[in-house]
Amino acid sequence: MQVEMTVNGQPMAADVEPRTLLVHYLRDHLGLTGTNVGCDTSSCGACTIHIDGESAKACTMLAVQARGADVTTIEGLATNGELHPMQTAFMECHGLQCGYCTPGMVMAATSLLAENPNPSEHEVREGLEGNLCRCTGYHNIVKAVLAAAEGGSQ
Amino acid sequence: MTATESAPTTTHIGARKLRKEDPKLLTGEGKYVDDIHVPGELWMGMVRSTMAHARITGVDTSAAAEMPGVHAVYTGPELQGMGLWAAPLPCAWPVTEDMVNPPHYPTAVDEVHHVGEIVAVVLADSRYGAADAAEQVVVDYEPLPAVASIAAARDGDDMAHSDLESNKAYSWPLVPDPEALDAAFASATHTIKAEFVQQRLIPAAMEPRGVLAVPSPAGGDITLYSATQVPHILKVMVAATTGLPESKLRVIAPAVGGGFGAKLNINPDEILAATLAHKLGRAVRWTETRSEAAFSTHQGRGQLQTIEVAADADGKLKGVRVHLDADMGAYMMLITPGVPLLGSFLYTGVYDVPAFGFSCDGYFTNLTPTDAYRGAGRPEASYAIERAMDLLAAEVGVGPDEIRRRNYLAGGGHFENLETASTLVFDSGHYAPTLDAALELSGYGDLRAEQQRRRDAGESKQLGIGMCTYVEICGLAPSRALAGLNFGSGGWEHAVVRFLPTGKVEVVSGSTPHGQGHETAWSQIVADKLGIDPDDVTVLHSDTAISPLGLDTYGSRSLAVGGVAIAMACDKVIDKAKLIAAHQLEANPDDLEFADGSFTVKGSPDMTMPIQGVAFGAFTAHNLPDGMEPNLQEQVSFDPPNFAFPFGTHICVVEIDEDTGEVKLLDYTAVDDCGNQVNPLIVEGQVHGGIVQGVAQALWEGASYDEDGNCRNPSLLDYLVPSAAEVPSMKLGATYTPSTSNPLGVKGVGEAGTIGSAAAVINAICDALSPYGIKDIEMPATPARVWKTIQEAKGGQS
Ligand code: FES
Ligand code: FES
Repeated sequence: MQVEMTVNGQPMAADVEPRTLLVHYLRDHLGLTGTNVGCDTSSCGACTIHIDGESAKACTMLAVQARGADVTTIEGLATNGELHPMQTAFMECHGLQCGYCTPGMVMAATSLLAENPNPSEHEVREGLEGNLCRCTGYHNIVKAVLAAAEGGSQ
Repeated sequence: MTATESAPTTTHIGARKLRKEDPKLLTGEGKYVDDIHVPGELWMGMVRSTMAHARITGVDTSAAAEMPGVHAVYTGPELQGMGLWAAPLPCAWPVTEDMVNPPHYPTAVDEVHHVGEIVAVVLADSRYGAADAAEQVVVDYEPLPAVASIAAARDGDDMAHSDLESNKAYSWPLVPDPEALDAAFASATHTIKAEFVQQRLIPAAMEPRGVLAVPSPAGGDITLYSATQVPHILKVMVAATTGLPESKLRVIAPAVGGGFGAKLNINPDEILAATLAHKLGRAVRWTETRSEAAFSTHQGRGQLQTIEVAADADGKLKGVRVHLDADMGAYMMLITPGVPLLGSFLYTGVYDVPAFGFSCDGYFTNLTPTDAYRGAGRPEASYAIERAMDLLAAEVGVGPDEIRRRNYLAGGGHFENLETASTLVFDSGHYAPTLDAALELSGYGDLRAEQQRRRDAGESKQLGIGMCTYVEICGLAPSRALAGLNFGSGGWEHAVVRFLPTGKVEVVSGSTPHGQGHETAWSQIVADKLGIDPDDVTVLHSDTAISPLGLDTYGSRSLAVGGVAIAMACDKVIDKAKLIAAHQLEANPDDLEFADGSFTVKGSPDMTMPIQGVAFGAFTAHNLPDGMEPNLQEQVSFDPPNFAFPFGTHICVVEIDEDTGEVKLLDYTAVDDCGNQVNPLIVEGQVHGGIVQGVAQALWEGASYDEDGNCRNPSLLDYLVPSAAEVPSMKLGATYTPSTSNPLGVKGVGEAGTIGSAAAVINAICDALSPYGIKDIEMPATPARVWKTIQEAKGGQS
């Protein structure tokens, strides 16, 4: 069946099986492979994207459920070749190693700051609870999110 | 050389340079295997055994074969009959001559030996179609008794392989001087004997494993993309296992989402994809699901440890004796049998131990095979000796810091090239400063005061402070040392450094990153050596067509072997460039100096030539010395003369809620010494991540099996990989004791955090609970386990 939605500001459409997960729609049908899949139990957050401005795990919903939605993936975060401040903060704080959790982590973190622009360390840690990283031990991820918050409030 | 107070830096080495890898990975441009697609690809779906041990009495593929979009369904016997493989999956480390190694083929033929062993494969034209079809294959089993634990393998009558007469795969002893060992124990004032369980761990790299085999039907070539740490080793092993000519194989490890040892293997799926693609002339792919990974990817640890230490009245160690019973799982994979032995030399830890003995028995079980997982043998060793040191401290009646100080090698002072009782020569060490720094950074005195205050006040939340001074063995490895261990490969690493005509530099590295930041670190080394901008250096790797020679990334070897090879290749480039510059400047090469990227005739500052100019001269070849080859490219295969032995002290602070058994990690301090550092930012990241993996073993993780050999917690819902909410920020410090094993003075740091942390955490828990007389708690120290231990101790007291 035909599924249409706006992805990273562009109208997109593809013909998919009704049971297609949104994450596979994005990855396998639209070729937006930046959104990763790390689990099959909605546990890891590697697939985190924004749907109508709110973060969501793209493996927990069907593509058809996002019909007509405004979806942003990691590919849509940088504008005109300029990294988003959260991406810059991750780079400057060494908040990524293998990079597999990173797209989801960055999307979750930007949405966290949208809701709470000045979080405490504790709030950042709690807020990222749904996103797993096996490489960084989270230390530098948390630092990056706090740095991005700091930068944003200036 | 002695330890220095601060990081030695040159222009680029030692600088906290941001990573070149990041922009791609941050914008979703990183291409992992599952991101790469080719037209006409077929998806492979695995039919996996639901039984741990059974005879296969029938496989009905008819329903699956009729499903739309299904291209083929093959049972194990059908695949076996197709002549796809020339040999079983390889075990490169037969640790003894008589080691038992049951043949392990990509699919089971008549008997399955662990849940998840592949029984049949389907090929379909979509991801979902392959999964659906695999579910429609019906397998009939005749159950056989399952051997679901080390104890069952050792003590029971059931066999994990019905054609074997014993579950024991090998016995491996290392007792350099048995008489001295017996004498040490006979004359000791204090002896401690402790048993520890190293539970099985699921490595859980965030990127699941995956493979894509792309044939070129006309030429018979196969390009194999794999989420692997070891593309070079994979290429050799695919050739050896399938009989496909190695020259027809190209292996590419694209972006790889973490490995931690779990991607250091030769897996059934890789062999199946390569051979089926070759046979069918169509691309074949497979991506593991997370819940499948508990069966399709090897696991780590799985040991029962017995450690005995003998000490004099002051707690000075006289001897250490260790026995391991190690769980191989169902089969020997690439280095399964050797993993416990990688730790064997480290059970004396950082201590001056006159007498030492070690033995290990490896057992088959009907569980997922074990193999390397972050630290591979060394976290286990460090855990046992560091737990034992705390027990000894209590016995002698001194603090955990004091017992360590009394026993450090070289009295805690700086040393180089010191032979230990376990027959190794430690390259360099200086242990006491890491303890001093960790005590200070953690605020140890205040912590002890707070602990006392809570105890006196009878608070329900008690504080525990635990420490560990670890040493580890990395930089794998001197090839001759590996030969001594009967390891089937060398330990060298290869590097090429070449100037392009325009003055940019390409480096080809045989070590294959999966998150470690090689491109950044190698650029720093090259930039320093050649006096150029790190941004002018491009690092090529992970593709056997571009980098044909290499031994890949594991055992914290990349920098200490591969990085050093690059530095040495740069030296050779400079040597050649000097001859060209001298020729063109009409000077004697001995009169030339090389600094800041230019050759200058000593005493004649205007007679100078930048190395980029030399590179262009080598390209045009208009004016080279007679007989010189027209290029500026050199290569080095570096085989290190010795391992490297990083070390450090970790201090962990936990708070235990005695009412619930919950253990909260309050603070973590680590002072690590990995020799000279190329990029402290990367070093710290490795330490952070390593620590959390070790902490996770101590507190949360463990693959749990029922007595039929079913894994109870294969998914991330039940297997508790920690999130940011479970761990604190960490305090890191460093000392810098250069290695004597290589000219850069570097060690390795990829596994150190994990090697130091589990013992620190459990020591902290036992410290908190010591007023109850609690001496040990098994990992993972879950709330239920801690609560029960407290209740039992309280019951015992009343
Ligand atoms: S892929 Fe793990 S939560 Fe979506
Ligand atoms: S950077 Fe590797 S999983 Fe997070």
